Amino acid sequence: MTKPVIEARNLDLTFQTNDGPVHALKGVSLDIGKGEFVSFIGPSGCGKTTFLRAIAALEHPTAGTLTVNGMTPDEARRERAYGYVFQAAGLYPWRTIAGNIKLPLEIMGFQKSEQDKRVADVLKLVDLDGFGKKFPWQLSGGMQQRASIARALAFDADILLMDEPFGALDEIVRDHLNEQLLALWARTEKTIGFVTHSIPEAVYLSTKIVVMSPRPGRITDVIESTLPRERPLDIRDTPEFLKLAHRVREGLRAGHAYDD
Amino acid sequence: MKSLLPILTVVAAIVALWYAAAVPMNAPWARDQAARADVTLTTPELIADTWSQERPRLPAPHQVVADLWGATGALVLEGRAFSKRSLITHAWYTLSATLLGFVIGTAAGVLLAVGIVYNRAMDMAVMPWAIASQTIPILAIAPMIIVVLNSLGIQGIIPKAIISAYLSFFPVVVGMVKGLRAPGRDQLDLLATYSATGGNEFWKLRLPASMPYFFTAMKISIAAALVGTIVGELPTGAVRGLGARMLSGSYYGQTIQIWSALFAAAILAAALVGLIGLVERRILKRMGMQA
Repeated sequence: MTKPVIEARNLDLTFQTNDGPVHALKGVSLDIGKGEFVSFIGPSGCGKTTFLRAIAALEHPTAGTLTVNGMTPDEARRERAYGYVFQAAGLYPWRTIAGNIKLPLEIMGFQKSEQDKRVADVLKLVDLDGFGKKFPWQLSGGMQQRASIARALAFDADILLMDEPFGALDEIVRDHLNEQLLALWARTEKTIGFVTHSIPEAVYLSTKIVVMSPRPGRITDVIESTLPRERPLDIRDTPEFLKLAHRVREGLRAGHAYDD
Repeated sequence: MKSLLPILTVVAAIVALWYAAAVPMNAPWARDQAARADVTLTTPELIADTWSQERPRLPAPHQVVADLWGATGALVLEGRAFSKRSLITHAWYTLSATLLGFVIGTAAGVLLAVGIVYNRAMDMAVMPWAIASQTIPILAIAPMIIVVLNSLGIQGIIPKAIISAYLSFFPVVVGMVKGLRAPGRDQLDLLATYSATGGNEFWKLRLPASMPYFFTAMKISIAAALVGTIVGELPTGAVRGLGARMLSGSYYGQTIQIWSALFAAAILAAALVGLIGLVERRILKRMGMQA
């Protein structure tokens, strides 16, 4: 492996609240290599979302170093290093699907013809061909989330950061989207950071699973997946999958042992 | 058309109540006149009289309607739609000041709202004053505005429009502040991940997100603008405008004239609010937000 795409060393992040300081992250060190699919899993308050937001320069660490493509997160953002997908699709209701995907392209100043070409490309990539002229409310929740992934892909960033993107969807839709996401990842070779609280989702998708625990938010285990890159849905019934899932569960339980 | 029946029922009830109320309101005068002429009125005669007096305390609906028609439609048929007696003329004077005041008020409201949302000092300072401005009775402040502007040599439509703007800016400020702040943290964070500028944030997110709030605010503010204009016409001794009609009606005891001016104002307000509602539906539909 060459130099990691994302490199965190002894990261601390403390929020000052009215009830005193909250240690969202404490001593977090992690390397993410190019083309990896890394899941962050843990109970709420474990800092998984905070870590993702720190990578995206939406939060700023209070101590430690964090580099993205060898730059600070702020510089990396200006270089359009990543696309970010939120839990809610967050499409603008007054823009069509194509209009929503164009939003980052307009802001980044792409040519009009280039915008149209890219919109068509990413719509194909997320299997929403022909839905460009629809408004968000005309699409199902799963389709809206796919459109928001398309929006994050439109400007061709190497890194895709996803914060529980399928958290609000039902299990059947979720399975389907997980499969599609893996296919997309295989085709585009992007580096993906993926926050989830679902063990099967984390194990199914990832090449690396980062188990985190709260108070203070920290990493308790980093599991390199032994599963092959090619993953049909029924891989989830194999002993190897179950063994990985078991280890994740153990890690989560160990983290909780600190509590009463 | 299902909604028509309940509406008509309510209208019928109000009209019935109105006719019923006109009897005791106008009966003393009818009895008085009868006593002077030394005749006794039977009950049907009394009732008929209370509904057809020239200067009743409470005119009956048909008297108001007849006067309204006489001052509008009938004159149009005679080809004198814009004569001095015509309510259309008066309504036009009021309407022009209302529209000017509404435009000034809406523009001021939007600017103030943008200031409140983007400037912390304005956020802390402006709202209390805006609220205070609306607690001062407009009736008290309107003459002062007119006197002050008059001494500066400003007369005619402008003072009325300013009083109208004074009432109409407030709903727009409140609505637009709420609308411009409607986008949630995720939507703002999303723009941040694109390294979007403040201008991007305003034009591409905050402004479009505020449109539903804007239209709701404008519906309230145009009705307020009309009230402001009419109030502005009262203390000026204006000879034109619906407010002037109401004032002269009350000077000369022309109750029917007061009521028909009142109805003209109500019809005008309903038309203006309806018009904005129409524009709202058009624009929001084009923005894909009718659902």
